[in-house]
Amino acid sequence: MTEALVNVEHLSRVFDVSKPWLNRVLERDEKKFLVAVNDVTFEIRKGETFALVGESGSGKSTIAKLIVGLIRPSGGQISFDGKNVATQGSSSMRQLRSRFQMIFQDPFASLNPRWRVKDIIAEPIRTFGLEGEAARWQTRVDELLETVGLSSGDGAKYPHEFSGGQRQRIAIARALSAQPEFIVCDEPTSALDVSVQAQILNLMRDLQDEFGLTYLFISHDLSVVRHMATRIGVLYLGRLVEVAEGKTLFKDPQHPYTKMLLDAVPDLEMTGRARKPVEGEIPNPIDPPSGCAFHPRCALANDRCLSEKPELKLHGTTETACFAVDEGRV
Amino acid sequence: MSDALLSVRDLVVEFPTRKGILTAVDSVSFDIGRGEVLGVVGESGAGKSMTGSAIIGLIEPPGHIAGGSIELAGERIDNLPLEAMRKVRGKRIGMVFQDPLTSLNPLYTIAEQLIETIRTHLKLSERDARERAIGLLDEVGIPAASRRIDDYPHQFSGGMRQRVVIALALCAEPELVIADEPTTALDVSVQSQIIDVLKNMCAEHGSSVMLITHDMGVIAEAADRVAVMYAGRLAEIGPVRDVIQDARHPYTKGLMGSIPTLMHDSDRLTQIPGSMPRLTDIPPGCAFSPRCPKAFDRCFSVQPACERHEDREVACLLYDEGGRP
Ligand SMILES: Nc1ncnc2c1ncn2[C@@H]1O[C@H](COP(=O)(O)OP(=O)(O)OP(=O)(O)O)[C@@H](O)[C@H]1O
Ligand SMILES: Nc1ncnc2c1ncn2[C@@H]1O[C@H](COP(=O)(O)OP(=O)(O)OP(=O)(O)O)[C@@H](O)[C@H]1O
Ligand code: SF4
Ligand code: SF4
Ligand SMILES: [Mg+2]
Ligand SMILES: [Mg+2]
Repeated sequence: MTEALVNVEHLSRVFDVSKPWLNRVLERDEKKFLVAVNDVTFEIRKGETFALVGESGSGKSTIAKLIVGLIRPSGGQISFDGKNVATQGSSSMRQLRSRFQMIFQDPFASLNPRWRVKDIIAEPIRTFGLEGEAARWQTRVDELLETVGLSSGDGAKYPHEFSGGQRQRIAIARALSAQPEFIVCDEPTSALDVSVQAQILNLMRDLQDEFGLTYLFISHDLSVVRHMATRIGVLYLGRLVEVAEGKTLFKDPQHPYTKMLLDAVPDLEMTGRARKPVEGEIPNPIDPPSGCAFHPRCALANDRCLSEKPELKLHGTTETACFAVDEGRV
Repeated sequence: MSDALLSVRDLVVEFPTRKGILTAVDSVSFDIGRGEVLGVVGESGAGKSMTGSAIIGLIEPPGHIAGGSIELAGERIDNLPLEAMRKVRGKRIGMVFQDPLTSLNPLYTIAEQLIETIRTHLKLSERDARERAIGLLDEVGIPAASRRIDDYPHQFSGGMRQRVVIALALCAEPELVIADEPTTALDVSVQSQIIDVLKNMCAEHGSSVMLITHDMGVIAEAADRVAVMYAGRLAEIGPVRDVIQDARHPYTKGLMGSIPTLMHDSDRLTQIPGSMPRLTDIPPGCAFSPRCPKAFDRCFSVQPACERHEDREVACLLYDEGGRP
């Protein structure tokens, strides 16, 4: 088995979503907390694309931000190449930080509109001062622009002069400039047209082959995930409910929620595949259902599901958190 | 076609801009039959919403209809006075937009909004209008409709709000419903519910639908025919299954190949190079020519017209009379 590059263990993040203190006192409200990520454990192996899927609010972006250090965990730990990120001193942290990068959904919001493209791309090179590269950053920027399918002359332009797909290419060039090993991609193509999405997905796969990159790939589009992922984790209300090899997940989904998600995907091939109508909607995350949070939408729920929380357990090559699967009731 | 409910002919929508006139919709013609669902797809900025806005008479000035005609059940509606058009909107044409919050007023309860709309268009007492509103909410799948009808929009989830908007669009039994990206703001699992509700409601009430989306999967599930737009023009239009399984226009072919699917493993997606031109800089000839793998010399000077081949229309010089190189 390939080695793990990133280990996420019992990761949790709680947000305080209480009203301001005075309103709380006047309205006699209690403090309210939202558990966005709840005891999540998984590993990302070197050279693979690990995908996270789940509905809006399931905690995908929160996990991404925890991993790149934009926010701090409320519990659990993250290690990169065997080193616990939380216990690193600032200089070794800086070194670690240069090894991972992030690409966001909105390529416009993540590019400084007042900077020229070449300065945007060179920023990580300067920040991390890689191997005297600061001196030859100009050449490096030109190379990067060509790697992502733009031309070196584009460096002198500003982001607003580019289309959405080209801006996402700039964001990718920027992410690559510090020569990272690991890139967290949060909905990298959701803002793009399908024809442009195809260009970006192809580019990301080519770069992975060329530079041996490891990706954490986040998307709510299951067809895109199927195309990109080596392994997939399915999130529901902040908890992982299934982790499987990409192929296995789509051929043989285990968890009732995964099955429901797959059933909801419109059928482009027009095979006449019978779709089961999806039951219910995502519950309020501030006050999640007891036991298995999926039970109000689950046809297989029983008394145990209402009171106990299922843990991820290995069945064959798939990890699933469901009592019905554990008990062979499916 | 005489049995068409909606008939759009050579529609042109223009926006005067600092760089000159921008043609957002360029000579677009199509029909929607009674009870038919016409899907409209295309890249961002292709003119899908603008075509819908032209039909309901809601193009924001300085944009305006600069040519062509729009007929609803044989009657011109593109040149109606504002007041008459306002009556057509809501009564004869219902609307569902991407963000349900733009269609719902946050200050009024669901009941107030539905009852008002019903009574504007139908002669019903307050009580009968309320009955009807509850019936509609029930039909679109709001549980405990008689109780929830007095809630405010913010007390509903996104999916439930979109159900309410569908009820609102259908409450005057319109002949046509224009749904512009009705599921784009919603979650995957909720999207399919909303498409089902929209499709079933319109079928039951006999309304035709113009379903605008960039999601080909949604079209495959819900539409009878599909129109593919590119750079303000119609590239291809035909029965949904034919267009998906046997696309003719090189843009449609590229589009279909670039969509990853759940069923097939593919190493690489088909890639259409480049991106759609800005509408202020459309190249001469075929608008798709700079990206088209099949382009030949005439494509750079002659603008292809939409030509009918059986029940398919394609705007590509490869298919015109003796046009093949
Ligand atoms: N800073 C914050 N303060 C309070 N709540 C937050 C904050 N950030 C996220 N949340 C909540 O945490 C939950 C998880 O959010 P997150 O953004 O991780 O979801 P997601 O899976 O990325 O969803 P989407 O598909 O909509 O991007 C949501 O319920 C969200 O409202
Ligand atoms: N107020 C305006 N002034 C000038 N041009 C406009 C205005 N509104 C829209 N346009 C232009 O009209 C064209 C058509 O826009 P439209 O909204 O119909 O696109 P669309 O196909 O619905 O795209 P999307 O998928 O992004 O919704 C766009 O290229 C846009 O730039
Ligand atoms: S644990 Fe119970 S409620 Fe949860 S998914 Fe499994 S069967 Fe359904
Ligand atoms: S007309 Fe020419 S450029 Fe346009 S789509 Fe057809 S072959 Fe391609
Ligand atoms: Mg997110
Ligand atoms: Mg639009």
